[in-house]
Amino acid sequence: METKIIEHSKAAELFIKDEKRTDWHNETLWFVREKRDKAAFQIPDWELLRETASQIKNNVLSNMNQYLIDFEANAKNNGIIVHWAADADEHNKIVHSIMEKHGVSQMVKSKSMLTEECHLNEYLTEKGIDVIDSDLGERIVQLRKEAPSHIVLPAIHLKKADVSETFHKFLGTEKGNNDPKYLTEAARHHLRDTFLTRKIALTGVNFAIAETGEFVVCTNEGNADMGVHLADVHIACMGFEKIIPQRKHLAVFLRLLARSATGQPITTYSSHFKKPGEGKEIHLVIVDNGRSTQLGREDFRSSLKCIRCGACMNTCPVYRRSGGHSYHNAVAGPIGSILAPNLDMSKNADLPFASTLCGSCTNVCPVKIDIHVQLYKWRQKLVKEGYSPKSKTLMMKGMSAVLSNPVFFNLAGKMGRFVLEKMPGLVSNGLNPWYKQREMPAPPEESFREWYQKNSTASKDKNNEQ
Amino acid sequence: MSSKANILEKIKQNQPLSVSALPDLSFLGLENYENLDKYKTMLQSIGGDYVEVADYDGVIDFIKKNYNTEKRIITTLPELSQIASTNWTDDDPHSLKDVELTIVKAHFGVAENGSLWVTDDLMGQRIAVFIPQYLAIVVHKSNMVTTMHQAYNRIGNQEYKFGTFIAGPSKTADIEQSLVLGAHGARGLIVFLMD
Repeated sequence: METKIIEHSKAAELFIKDEKRTDWHNETLWFVREKRDKAAFQIPDWELLRETASQIKNNVLSNMNQYLIDFEANAKNNGIIVHWAADADEHNKIVHSIMEKHGVSQMVKSKSMLTEECHLNEYLTEKGIDVIDSDLGERIVQLRKEAPSHIVLPAIHLKKADVSETFHKFLGTEKGNNDPKYLTEAARHHLRDTFLTRKIALTGVNFAIAETGEFVVCTNEGNADMGVHLADVHIACMGFEKIIPQRKHLAVFLRLLARSATGQPITTYSSHFKKPGEGKEIHLVIVDNGRSTQLGREDFRSSLKCIRCGACMNTCPVYRRSGGHSYHNAVAGPIGSILAPNLDMSKNADLPFASTLCGSCTNVCPVKIDIHVQLYKWRQKLVKEGYSPKSKTLMMKGMSAVLSNPVFFNLAGKMGRFVLEKMPGLVSNGLNPWYKQREMPAPPEESFREWYQKNSTASKDKNNEQ
Repeated sequence: MSSKANILEKIKQNQPLSVSALPDLSFLGLENYENLDKYKTMLQSIGGDYVEVADYDGVIDFIKKNYNTEKRIITTLPELSQIASTNWTDDDPHSLKDVELTIVKAHFGVAENGSLWVTDDLMGQRIAVFIPQYLAIVVHKSNMVTTMHQAYNRIGNQEYKFGTFIAGPSKTADIEQSLVLGAHGARGLIVFLMD
């Protein structure tokens, strides 16, 4: 699906036009951030837990090759069929070929950001496969033909009235009934029929354990398990960075994941898939899709430590006021902005600039990724390689001409002060981005340079007198 | 070269040159809870509830009083055959769609988060703990661990095909962050804390 990409700043501008809704979005996500804080503060060793998780993930990155070899061998031993996909296209083809092999044209799917990244739904739909997303939030956005706007809370951009309208249209619920309980119940009935009739179920993977060849899928709704245990074939898709060394390391990550994501002590279900049930198949697709390239970028490789909790989005002042869709990438927010340029620098050059670099993302990250530092480094890299976003390029060129020439600089300062004082209408208008949501400052009477020249001579004279 | 060989080769070239050490986990999970009390508080905070019983007769009494025994109740516990059927484990999993209540046993509970560790040998069928309208789990009071670290120490190299931590009833907050119990799995979870 080739859609025209709107730069983050432009998309954000559209988002904040509805001021009330922007405030609501901001407050809703901050509420989730506060729940995270409350849960984290209940663990006295929270910081040690984060540090430990970070060290485990550093070990994984440095020994990735061996862990993947071990994992595959152990998973095969358990009766799991393992596939490898170099990119999104190969991933999609593998999934489709499994469906073809079983002569099945319907799939039920639980949440997998990887399949969003690979645009699997679009691919399968084109091949005539009927795909139903079973996570409630994902089902809502799927019915509306939208993408998830958040990796943990896919429909966080919608109000209950929006959901009610969508369900009325597609599931025949009462018009105007906005009760979340009523709407969830309707989805429960609708999706139960789906679970009971699908032969193939696809899930994501939260953690894959090299030592045992098992993998873990976490949900609150139970939708992954409902799909998988009623189907004949379970397809699980994972980016290779989901590997962790040993079963006991799950303790660290399961303690951190839900607390960081939603403030729960653990998700309702943390299901460990080791061997297929009798007469059933488990297929596991291990995907690269640019990850091995990112592993080679020393400045950015630690982005592969991410466990997809979404804490960096909930805390981000830019995400909260621009919405997930403004990031035009499967993973939005701060972490998405350091992952996306690796996939395509030209398409995603705007994203590392969608940040105030305040560092809040880094402070909440459960695996201690230095997200804001990487955002800053991506900016340098993108500009150096000629990918800086259009809106910035012209201004930067102008600035560099002015700043590198003292005569220009002096003149520009004088002009600026003159304009601000005598013709404020020239700058206090919608054409000047700095005037948006701000008043222009009162101009100083003279520049620092002018002041210094006057006063340094005066003080010199004074010194000489003594 | 196959994709597998290509990917593994590229990873080998691009991963850091020296392997960084794995951390010591022995400094974690030193919380000092009264396990059973903490378990009860956490379970209720995540939407579950508990009943303390002396033995299986206590379970039977409670179920007779609080659930509609006309509806389909299944269990893997022979001690409960008076109130629940036990001969369903080889049935087609889809045939369990009308189950009102499933009663199974857990290996142990985890105080810090209210979860229970259940493996397929205790489930009868994997779907049995997900598909019923309500779920009841029996666990011995002595089988409580403090945190997930003790949980995995206890699991150790336990052999299972499928295992899951179950923490409360199925839930969602996907509609405007309003918490609703009973998304796709059980609408309610009652834990029988047995002496």
